[in-house]
Amino acid sequence: MRRLFLTLGIFILLGLAGFYVLTDPRVVSPAPEIGTLPPPDVENGKLLFAAGGCSSCHATPGQDDKLRLGGGLALPSPFGTFRAPNISPHTRDGIGNWGVKDFVDAMATGVSPSGQHYYPAFPYTSYRLMPPKALADLFAYIRTLPSVEGSAPGHDLPLPFNIRRAVGGWKLLFFDGSPFRPDPTKSEEWNRGAYLVQGPGHCAECHSNRNALGAIIPSTRFAGGPDPEGKGFVPNITQHADGLANWSKSEIAELLKTGFTPSFDSVGGNMTAVVRNTAQLSDVDRMAMAEFIKSLPAVAGPPRPKKAE
Amino acid sequence: MIRTVFVAAGLVLTLSTVIAQSDPIAERRETMKGVGAATRDGAAIAKGEAAFDATKTENIFKVYVAAARKMPGLFPDTAKTGGESIAGPKIWEDPAGFKAGFAKLEMEATAAAASTKDLDSFRTAFGTVTKNCAACHEVYRIKK
Repeated sequence: MRRLFLTLGIFILLGLAGFYVLTDPRVVSPAPEIGTLPPPDVENGKLLFAAGGCSSCHATPGQDDKLRLGGGLALPSPFGTFRAPNISPHTRDGIGNWGVKDFVDAMATGVSPSGQHYYPAFPYTSYRLMPPKALADLFAYIRTLPSVEGSAPGHDLPLPFNIRRAVGGWKLLFFDGSPFRPDPTKSEEWNRGAYLVQGPGHCAECHSNRNALGAIIPSTRFAGGPDPEGKGFVPNITQHADGLANWSKSEIAELLKTGFTPSFDSVGGNMTAVVRNTAQLSDVDRMAMAEFIKSLPAVAGPPRPKKAE
Repeated sequence: MIRTVFVAAGLVLTLSTVIAQSDPIAERRETMKGVGAATRDGAAIAKGEAAFDATKTENIFKVYVAAARKMPGLFPDTAKTGGESIAGPKIWEDPAGFKAGFAKLEMEATAAAASTKDLDSFRTAFGTVTKNCAACHEVYRIKK
């Protein structure tokens, strides 16, 4: 009997030690070249800020200036309510004290300067595709924005989701930290679109179905699913008949510019904010995004909730 | 024979009106489809794909005004969900804001009709009015 307890105890200790080691948020910085980067290109940073939809979550709610990044917007999810933090250049409440490396680590590996995991409600799962140079440009642009005082309220998550360390286990299972690799067999336009859609644009974060642990199911990526924030259904944007098979490339680009579908319905919900952002891109970039989206293989999404007749 | 046809046609007409009235979800969907069709015509003109035609542009804004007057009455408490409705719960939580959106659309569509003189003025007016689409859909419609 004593031996049984002893064995059990050892297993538990081993388990805890394993958990501790495996979930360590230590960053193997993806960017040894950070010190050697050229001066940042703020204009490119501004473009990436729009493509990345940063202000859609981080702008202070209840006021019109989308460049005041005081945070506080609540993001409901099946795991509890996340709240976007202050990412304005305020030195105490925002990211004013961060260095370029801190920003790159946050965006590409989901680890904070104090060495904690970020929850993947912050889509570093997509942003990690941006190379350090692009992230440095984006950081330089954010630093030109107004400094907003006041930190946003914290997340409201029940046990066990409030244990940040557990995100380390999630990352082991689901997080691919590799940067964007262009496909040399495809056109330059396609590669630009692939980068914008999958990296900064993080389209798949909403337009995909997720598993019980909140990770995107790779086989139905881009095929739509129930709105993770609650009501409604996010459409399939693959070339499936229920998706965008009948949309032309320029119709997709038009939606990203004006918010109108080919039947001249205007998109609603959160996509309205997305269009406000993609409207700031160039026609060339929007066509590139459409080129990539038109190349997505047809995938059937999860069934829509039954329509009552 | 002709009488039969007339009677039948009359019956069909009355019947469809009755159905529409008893089914606000179907009716508001039809109304919005009409708005979409008008916007398609307007966008074609604004982009230069169709020729500017004053009668056409006037009709586009007429469709908007009519819809703006009709729509607020098509969301009774009994028609919150059902059919293929994508009406958001905010419509019933903030009815004043919802109605104000349509009042603004009506006002701006009326002004747009008055200010449209040629292609350029139409483009400007059309651009202003159609901003209302997304403004309301963002808040009062769920994702689909």
